[in-house]
Amino acid sequence: MKSDSFAGMTHTGIALLLFLSLLISGCKALESVTQVGTSLALSQGLISESQAQSINKGATAVAKTFEDITPEQEYYIGRTVAARVVDKYKPYNDEKANHFLNVLGQTLAQASKLPETFGGYHFLILDSDEINAFAAPGGLIFVTRGMIGCCKHEDALAAVLAHEIGHIQGRHGLQAIKKSRVTSALTTLALEGAKSFGKKELAELTSTFEDSISDITSTLINNGYSRAFERDADMAAVSILQAVGYDPNGLVDMLSVMKEKLKPGGLDFAKTHPSPDSRISDIQKHIGKHAQVTSPPTRQARFEAALGKSHHRQPDRRDLKRRWER
Amino acid sequence: MMNINKTVMMIFLVLCLTPVYAFGQQMMSVQVKSGDVRSAPSFLGAILAKVSYGDRLFVHEEKEAWVKVSVPGKKAEGWIHSSALTSKIIMLQAGASDVKQAASSSEIALAGKGFNKQVEKEFRDKNPSLDFVTIDKMEKISVSQSDIQDFLKAGELSPKGGSK
Repeated sequence: MKSDSFAGMTHTGIALLLFLSLLISGCKALESVTQVGTSLALSQGLISESQAQSINKGATAVAKTFEDITPEQEYYIGRTVAARVVDKYKPYNDEKANHFLNVLGQTLAQASKLPETFGGYHFLILDSDEINAFAAPGGLIFVTRGMIGCCKHEDALAAVLAHEIGHIQGRHGLQAIKKSRVTSALTTLALEGAKSFGKKELAELTSTFEDSISDITSTLINNGYSRAFERDADMAAVSILQAVGYDPNGLVDMLSVMKEKLKPGGLDFAKTHPSPDSRISDIQKHIGKHAQVTSPPTRQARFEAALGKSHHRQPDRRDLKRRWER
Repeated sequence: MMNINKTVMMIFLVLCLTPVYAFGQQMMSVQVKSGDVRSAPSFLGAILAKVSYGDRLFVHEEKEAWVKVSVPGKKAEGWIHSSALTSKIIMLQAGASDVKQAASSSEIALAGKGFNKQVEKEFRDKNPSLDFVTIDKMEKISVSQSDIQDFLKAGELSPKGGSK
């Protein structure tokens, strides 16, 4: 009897509750606030048990996005994306060059908005003439010898790494995963009760995992991110470079060399990134007219000593393989 | 009818506006494998304590991207970067009821659930040619804070406001 006569108001009441919860608490707290709201409405007899359940269920589904992927899960996604990258491009096994890249990269990462990730930042050179760089979620970053060849000085290489750190900081890789997969992974997670997964759940989750990895690698390697994400990573790079004391014109210098080297229709940055010219024009809106980067002689010397070889001559692979394996 | 509606709304508003910390000292959880609590809000600060994934820390103060914390049961206070922390509770060994709770709450995260070591293993068994050995080696490359300081100095680099 009561529920019939209150039917019209119930909807208005629920709508108001939801609106208020959004207004006051923002999306993050939507779930718990909605639950408090619905249980209150329920206790007042404004809505039925099944209505309450469906409201709570709806709010839960809304809140499951890439942001619900924990740093720990991001870490496992990143490791597998990285394994896919080194499946396509072999590592360049020069310990000295890779160590230099890691010191430079860590220095930059500390100046980012996300200096701490679950497994930390790690960097590796890929033995390829192709002009490319990749950031796997969680902080595993790769640059090809071809990309290092576009860097005349340390400030330019710092710009390349800072741009990749920008993609990690923005969690762009995770956003390449189709939304339906994120929801399905978190649903399987929710169904799972015991300490370890049952066979069926594990198989289901592994298949979602595999598809998520493919979403990311096809974006990194074939399709590229959106123009907005690339701009975001370039802007992050500029602020990281400035915070450490590098000249953000390093990014412009690198892009100018890249512009000369990229072959139209190439399968590298030509395919996955906006044109160097359009990136340069966006960057210059922030840092002003281009000024030649002047690296202090000691900085230039150490840069050449560490990486000069990587783009001038092919190393003796057997020797380097031994060094890497040691 | 309108009175009931108004009452609901009032209770609701009060609940929404009640700050969380009113119920006790604010705490946060460590969301990285291992983290450092430092003597100053900077990576230059000396490391006072190591904290691990899931550890709950008392929050005392925030300064830009750094949070002053203390480990329950220990006196010392120190600073940790906010990116190492989450406001969620991380359940390290979740039982069935925790899983149910976590599924309907954004305040709880389960460690070792979802995409985890077990899923990676299953994936590796299906893709035996993938080179995870290289990735393991890559993760082992470590850089110390003194390496970074030497690198900055030798490269004549002066970070804005010191190394953050």
